[in-house]
Amino acid sequence: MKYISQENAPILEALERMKSARLVPFDVPGHKRGRGNKELTDFLGERCLSVDVNSMKMLDNLCHPVSVIREAEELAAEAFGARRAFFMVGGTTSAVQAMVMTACKRGEKIIMPRNVHRSAINALILCGAVPVYVNPRMDPVLGISLGMSVADVEQAIRENPDARAILVNNPTYYGICSNIRRIAELAHEHGMLLLADEAHGSHLYFSDRLPVAAMHAGADMAAISMHKSGGSLTQSSLLLVGDRVSHGYVHQIINLTQTTSASYLLLVSLDISRRNMALHGEKLVDRIISQVQYARDEINAIGDYYAYSRELINGDSIYDFDITKLAVYTRSIGLAGIEVYDLLRDEYDIQTEFGDIANLLAYVSVGDREKDIERLVSALSEIRRNYRQTGREMLKAEYISPQVVCGPQESFYGDKESLPIGETVGRVCSEFVMCYPPGIPILAPGEMVTEEILRYIRYARKKGCQMTGPEDMDLQRLNVLKGE
Amino acid sequence: MLWFTEQHTPNVRFSIKIDKQLFSEQSEFQRIDIFESEEFGRVLALDGYLMLTEKDEFIYHEMITHVPMCVHPDARKVLVIGGGDGGTVRELTKYQNIEKIDLVEIDQRVVEVSKMFLPKTAAALEDARVTCYYEDGLKFIRHVEDEYDLILVDSTDPFGPGEGLFTKEFYGNCFKALHEDGIMVNQHESPFYKEDAYAMQRAHKRICHSFPISRVYQVHIPTYPSGHWLFGFASKKYHPVKDVNWQAWKDLRIRCHYYNCPLHAGSFALPNYVEELLRDVED
Repeated sequence: MKYISQENAPILEALERMKSARLVPFDVPGHKRGRGNKELTDFLGERCLSVDVNSMKMLDNLCHPVSVIREAEELAAEAFGARRAFFMVGGTTSAVQAMVMTACKRGEKIIMPRNVHRSAINALILCGAVPVYVNPRMDPVLGISLGMSVADVEQAIRENPDARAILVNNPTYYGICSNIRRIAELAHEHGMLLLADEAHGSHLYFSDRLPVAAMHAGADMAAISMHKSGGSLTQSSLLLVGDRVSHGYVHQIINLTQTTSASYLLLVSLDISRRNMALHGEKLVDRIISQVQYARDEINAIGDYYAYSRELINGDSIYDFDITKLAVYTRSIGLAGIEVYDLLRDEYDIQTEFGDIANLLAYVSVGDREKDIERLVSALSEIRRNYRQTGREMLKAEYISPQVVCGPQESFYGDKESLPIGETVGRVCSEFVMCYPPGIPILAPGEMVTEEILRYIRYARKKGCQMTGPEDMDLQRLNVLKGE
Repeated sequence: MLWFTEQHTPNVRFSIKIDKQLFSEQSEFQRIDIFESEEFGRVLALDGYLMLTEKDEFIYHEMITHVPMCVHPDARKVLVIGGGDGGTVRELTKYQNIEKIDLVEIDQRVVEVSKMFLPKTAAALEDARVTCYYEDGLKFIRHVEDEYDLILVDSTDPFGPGEGLFTKEFYGNCFKALHEDGIMVNQHESPFYKEDAYAMQRAHKRICHSFPISRVYQVHIPTYPSGHWLFGFASKKYHPVKDVNWQAWKDLRIRCHYYNCPLHAGSFALPNYVEELLRDVED
């Protein structure tokens, strides 16, 4: 077998070979290297369309990788310190779902913080496993949910010794990390798997200035958004797997829901991005760290705003902080994060990642330029000067402990009825309600609707958060389980 | 034969015959070239875009400077953003009552190269009242409040290093950095070719949002795309024509090659199509 190293990009190399072979395509896709769709080719470019091809011998097949895709996956596994890596083309959502569905079957329990991404709870609807929620601690000022405290995880394990796995966000959208190393130990001591949602953590693998990456901390599986901090195309992700899980079984689970026509644009972007991060990741992350630190210092110097960092660390629910994250507390200028988010976009042509009711999150990554950071900081300074409000009553975000009445699958598929949302207090919700982004459910299927939750939903909507999830997209009505 | 060619649009080119190239360097921010030409004297180009020629730079520099200096009755502290060639500063140094001139240029090499090859403009940077800061203009202005009588934005185009100087956050910060009767004048692109006109409209729209008085005046610059160029006049208090003491300026006896008071007043009279472009973005 030929020697390959991180300098290689097997899928890229195979696509180059395929191009020079000048094959006559009598296979799909039907646009035939773009010739059959001129408008699309003009827009995306011929180079792009010429590699939008189907699986074939020289390009391997994602559903059953034996050559170049397999090699590319092996290089990715090596780069991330995992035993096995799977290229995923259904977003990190598909990686999270494959993890959860590998770990648990119908009726089995999984311990997770309530501030998981919807994809994790979606997986429970599909496979019928039941969540055991750990209350993520809440920062009383910032109004963001934090990590899981080790004591809370211990208690959940004590109360649910039959749980199959523990899921950890590493880090959260805001950059907060739990003590994943300790939680992994706890999981393994009790025969459970440790799963990590690293949708916001692919860069952790390439710098020792950042919180520990899940696989390095002993996780059994990790879902990695290469398309976020790793630089690959949207929708491309990695699923990393360790020793405790059967790789063949993971592969079967992935193939339950994965397309059989995986896009080579996505696959090659994973391959190239892995190479880039493996070879230059440390330097790239250093640059992001210094850009974000600069932005944080400048934003804090404006006054009122609070761009937080490692000073939050408390040894438990904020065990570590990812300093590449640029989250800014905005309530102190009398504006909700979502209001600042809207102003930045509408008035200053700056698109940030999201705003919640108290914070703004700007995503800084390999592609950012110093002058763009200057614009963001200056615009925030202008927003404070021009739009600052005082004496405004603002809802304080508090953790609303969910009252789980039944499992997500049972309630999602159960007999339900649609009621005007105002009349749903005391009923069991059978669908999701969330602000997107960040996509963390306010209500998940199987949870009791309370007055407190409805108040939060009304407030978030009024501030301009985009609410998603329910069958009624205007959220005038909500599906609840039929009453007894 | 050696020619310098700039694409004014994808379909239009402008060329100057070059005797020789005097200097070329890729700085941290941009490519800097100096050429010697028969027709225009020395030429400064940044990233391949012509910034000034010795023959016609006086038009730009006189018009960006004397118009606001004539309107403001007593400008003592002036900020120039961009303008590393020194031409704008040279015009400012003609005023005895100016006490302090701060120049903020992102690229120190532009200043150094100008001092070497363009003494006609850059010599003025040696004036004792001038302080040069080499940093991002947007960053500099963010930290300044109620400090200047006049801000002259002598920038490159709205792409490349000068990008941040065409943004709403920049104009807003300039407003904040000015005294209550302060004036900002900016290089405002051209109304003629589509792309330039679009940039000009965007700039005008953003300035209108930040300043109570926002007007545009025109000038004829032979080596710029279409030759028809605009400056923006943004002011907190003074109208650029109605609030001017013309006699006071004449009494200063400043010698100009292009600028005079009737021309100043006339330059605010714009062609109908330009008025329309501007009106389209004023709400």
